[in-house]
Amino acid sequence: MSDPRELYQQVILEHNKKPRNFGKLDPCTHHAEGHNPLCGDQLELSLVVTDGVVTDIKFQGSGCAIDVASASLMTGIVKGKSVAEAEAMVAQFRGMVRGELDPATEAPLLGRLTLFSGVKDLPSRVKCAILPWATLHAALKGEEEASTE
Amino acid sequence: MSTGTQPLDVTAIRQDFPLLSRVLHGKPVIYLDSAVSGQMPLAVIERMAKYEREEHTNVHRGVSTLSQEATDYFEAAREKVRRFLGAASIREIVWTRGTTEAINLVAQTFGRMTVQAGDEILLSGMEHHANIVPWQMLAQEKGASIKVIPMNDAGELILDALDGLLTERTKLVGLVHVSNVLGTVNPVKEIIARAHAKGIPVLVDGAQAVPHLQVDVQALDADFYVFSGHKLSGPTGIGVLYGKLAHLEAMPPWHGGGNMIRSVTWEKTTYMAAPGKFEAGTPPIAAAIGLGAAIDYVTGLGLDRIAAREHALLVYATERLSTLPGLRILGNAADKASVLSFVVEGIHPHDLGSLLDGDGVVIRAGHHCAQPVMARFNVPATTRASFAYFNTKEDIDALVSSVEKAIELFK
Repeated sequence: MSDPRELYQQVILEHNKKPRNFGKLDPCTHHAEGHNPLCGDQLELSLVVTDGVVTDIKFQGSGCAIDVASASLMTGIVKGKSVAEAEAMVAQFRGMVRGELDPATEAPLLGRLTLFSGVKDLPSRVKCAILPWATLHAALKGEEEASTE
Repeated sequence: MSTGTQPLDVTAIRQDFPLLSRVLHGKPVIYLDSAVSGQMPLAVIERMAKYEREEHTNVHRGVSTLSQEATDYFEAAREKVRRFLGAASIREIVWTRGTTEAINLVAQTFGRMTVQAGDEILLSGMEHHANIVPWQMLAQEKGASIKVIPMNDAGELILDALDGLLTERTKLVGLVHVSNVLGTVNPVKEIIARAHAKGIPVLVDGAQAVPHLQVDVQALDADFYVFSGHKLSGPTGIGVLYGKLAHLEAMPPWHGGGNMIRSVTWEKTTYMAAPGKFEAGTPPIAAAIGLGAAIDYVTGLGLDRIAAREHALLVYATERLSTLPGLRILGNAADKASVLSFVVEGIHPHDLGSLLDGDGVVIRAGHHCAQPVMARFNVPATTRASFAYFNTKEDIDALVSSVEKAIELFK
């Protein structure tokens, strides 16, 4: 992808403008804050996990379109999944945006989130896309903070 | 230096910068990021290459012809810096790795000598992290505190607040000459005079000033003036600390090692006089000689002509960008250098940065190592274009059209 414009597809632009699952769950069972020191993106995730299933999840914070759309789509796809499935998605998403996994064949859990695969060609933005997922991983492990550094 | 009223021959000047002929993502590169690092003209690159090819050795070492030659070139570059800054003595010019190291040097020597528990260090509200963190580290070590000169919404320091902030506890004022985010040219001469009226020394961070305006450290009466080679069309890894000789003589050395000593025994070491005592180890010789060549290049063009051209570009870019919907320029100081920060409603600066990059337009998106300035204007980051003497109106047209496309995409 030589033109970054290809990454800014309608789905990403639309989720950036109208993020889903935006807000904070109170009470929640899992919670973590993520930040990207390089660009100042900040994200707060709160989850309700019941019997090993993510029954609800919300995020809030500020960041670029890649970060916000990634968080919005992530919360949508993770809701209703088991913790084990969510963790597997984290691994697939990370692998995909770092160019280590082929989105067509090696990221079956991600569905339309493979539209983020183009991020691998914008190395400076990989951390933006990963931040919500790193924060999800931290929350599920019971850690309060995640950083992309 | 006055070089007459003839404008710069920009077409010819652009031939001196091979990078300007590069293609990025299939588009010709539009370099609007000189505040991050200025491009080096061929004259500088070739002078450094000549040193490495034909003259390379060490300086201040022994009696070999080669070493003497290298020392002469190295010291000639120091003399060029002295003249460039209008310093009284070549002994007032200390080589450093850059602005950051120069400030750390002053904080760790002069600062440690003069700042005690309960004292205050006064900084401006528009400092780069390089002129904040070294002072915070010193303040923490000494039990001193940092005070801040506030700025107004245009990005100008509020000088009415200054006299109240200069107290008997203030031991030093640290101040940027030109803001790297807002472009503001601070009235450093007046601020120095007001600090001196109370006996307080002033360090001026000139990193963003020396590429754009003629500096005369004696006219300013600055106690310390620091800058980096790479913002001045020179190489990275070299910078300058100017200090009044009386200060440099009173200051202890910082780094210890070879080059900075007179004699060493197991019992006692004696040090060189300034500037030698601040230059431990082998310096970046090629970079120093390269900076000398960069000074020759910009003074050859004429700082007055450079300033005139950059001002015209700033005015044009400000006019054009101001017409775009949702675009807000940060920093509207009456006296402003060619640095233009802006934010666009609904588009994060990093998204805008990536989209501009796709069009070959090189700018900086981020906090510009000035997070307190971002906080002051309540933005996470900005997009910043900065203009040099080799830029053209067409470069600005390309910037404007790329920003327009991004606005359309994010609509």
